[in-house]
Amino acid sequence: MITAGIDVGAKFAKVVVLKDGVVTARAKALVGFDILKSATEVFDTALKDAGVSRGDVERVVATGMGRSAVLHKAPINADEAVSDVVADAAGAYRAVPTVKTVIDVGAEEGRGVKVESGKVKDFVINERCAAGAGTFIEAMARALELKVEEMGPLSLKSTNTVPMNAQCCVFAESEVVSLIHSKVTKEDISKALHDAIAGRISSMILRIGVEKDVVLIGGCALNPGFRPPLEKELHASIIVPEFPEYVSALGAAGIAANPQR
Amino acid sequence: MTVTSQVKEYPSEQLKCWEQAKNLRKNYYEDYLHAHEKGGLRWAGGAWSFSSIPAGLGEDVYCVTGEPYGATIAFFKDFAAKCHDATEAAGFPRTLCAYMRNYWGSILLDKFVLTDGSVVDGYPAPDFIWQDHICCSHAKWYQLVRWLEKQRGKEVPMYSVDVSVGYPDDFAPEEDYKVNYIADQLSDGIDWLEKVSGRTYNDKLLCDAVWNEMRSTSLWAEVCSLNQAVPAPLDEKSMYSLYVLGTLMKHRPECAAFYETLRDEVKDRVKRGIAAVPLERFRVITDTQPPWGFLRIFREMEKYGAVSVGSLYTFGLIGMWQYQPDGTWIPKPLPAQKPRTREEALQAIVRWTMHKPEWAHFYQPELKTKMMESIVKQWKVNAVLLHYNRGCEGLSVHIAENRHGLIEAGIPVFPFEGNMGDERDFDLSGTMARLTAFFESTGLKKLKE
Repeated sequence: MITAGIDVGAKFAKVVVLKDGVVTARAKALVGFDILKSATEVFDTALKDAGVSRGDVERVVATGMGRSAVLHKAPINADEAVSDVVADAAGAYRAVPTVKTVIDVGAEEGRGVKVESGKVKDFVINERCAAGAGTFIEAMARALELKVEEMGPLSLKSTNTVPMNAQCCVFAESEVVSLIHSKVTKEDISKALHDAIAGRISSMILRIGVEKDVVLIGGCALNPGFRPPLEKELHASIIVPEFPEYVSALGAAGIAANPQR
Repeated sequence: MTVTSQVKEYPSEQLKCWEQAKNLRKNYYEDYLHAHEKGGLRWAGGAWSFSSIPAGLGEDVYCVTGEPYGATIAFFKDFAAKCHDATEAAGFPRTLCAYMRNYWGSILLDKFVLTDGSVVDGYPAPDFIWQDHICCSHAKWYQLVRWLEKQRGKEVPMYSVDVSVGYPDDFAPEEDYKVNYIADQLSDGIDWLEKVSGRTYNDKLLCDAVWNEMRSTSLWAEVCSLNQAVPAPLDEKSMYSLYVLGTLMKHRPECAAFYETLRDEVKDRVKRGIAAVPLERFRVITDTQPPWGFLRIFREMEKYGAVSVGSLYTFGLIGMWQYQPDGTWIPKPLPAQKPRTREEALQAIVRWTMHKPEWAHFYQPELKTKMMESIVKQWKVNAVLLHYNRGCEGLSVHIAENRHGLIEAGIPVFPFEGNMGDERDFDLSGTMARLTAFFESTGLKKLKE
């Protein structure tokens, strides 16, 4: 049985194709203004990589903030849409079967999900604040005139702890500018920013409680500077699975394979 | 529309007394507006105030209670936005009680909104203010109203009752010193009312009003208790339009009469298995005032077969209840006899009001959690939706502790942020996305688009 999951996120669309439960292709691309068009392009790429056509795919499940753009809409014609929370739980369970807590930090949102055998027990979502999502790191990278992918490795070089008091993306940017003027190094500022976002995410996660194994997924999981301060805040080691940004799409593909779940 | 075939569909029909409720509310605001044309008096104060006391000044005394008026403004989002602008331009921060800001905005704009959304020029100033102090905002609200009216050249006298005596033990007689503390203030208030109105106080009208208030609030509890039935005969969105009468005129005979009619009709719906939501399969309760400009979230819930059967707020703001030793609630029975004297009436209404469930959590969050747990059990509720209401410090105080207590009791909880009266604090699409995730996490799927 061939199924596909498509995660239409705030910044990237990700597709995973499963054949008899095994991943045969992954693809991702930036989401443009025309969500369906962007999603279709990445969907077609994944199908091509898997060597199958749309007709070969028995079921497609969509997730992510843009999921309604592809639900029952040609040419993707997703059969079902599920929330990010449900897809996170299902995907993390496939990636790490011992998972109990999922932390998903994407471009737009940070989420925490308590999981039991792949099902959601409880969840929490960062509400209306960029300071708890990947956008925060991107905005701060701009302020530091760095590429976003440079931020994490740079932060790991820092040995100092610089307090970052502002809990808001806008005010944090002002604080970064003040730190630059105070001759604080980019390494230290970068670490301070990662500490800040880790503090914000962890305070949210603690609302649902931390139970091992803890799995970090989403685009921010690719940032090596994010996991250490988060582990410190949560007093728990964190597992980052392979291809963490695809875990929601993997969950959606798994749900597609098991419609009577 | 697609409906999953396996889900049972209950019969449903509109409430027959719906138009009657609408007219009562419409007439209430119009009576206030035109009171002076008929030689009557106007007063202003909170929905929690002892409204049966000013009733002793005559049958032509009309009030506008502040919170329901603030909610009415919130429903008409364009007018509400103008009120917010006016209040903020006058220097008041947007973190204050949203009802209060809407109310002040209406005065600042010198406009009055009616229940159909029409806006009348000239805010009708009250002749006096009769208020009580249930929370910090209620304590300051009408001081500012006085000040605003003074800017417009009108001196409005104000009387305020301090009610900070705590929530009484449900299984012991009310302590006399607490009762007297409030009743004495009401007694002094009657002298004050005579002085500021120039009228002679009528104790018979007081006794009638107190009895009406007891009947109205007990009857509303009876209506709510009928919602324990499966399927629920009422949904909370509709209940908002019904309970509101108690917040406007709980002391008036037409309110008690309407609740009697409603009680009989709801009883009949239960008997015939009439559902408010035909596809009911999941029951929730909410908490605190809803975001009034976004009541469509209740319609979205229905697409999942979810019905909100009420809340501590809709049950307990107006409804009066009695705890049973087994932890269940019953509508508070009326006293053996109607009060016959001023003293009896004041004592009776204070003893009665002290048990208002919505008073409890101002003192102890554990009491509110306990009440919500009782409702969950008794009303066969599957989950609780908690509105972290930025617009009301009073009713959302300790709400995170309530969430924690409910979760510890094994009850699924969905918290969402919003504001009852200021739409700028509510994210509709974000809330709907989270609600969808919550329903999916409980195993629900959308039954119709």
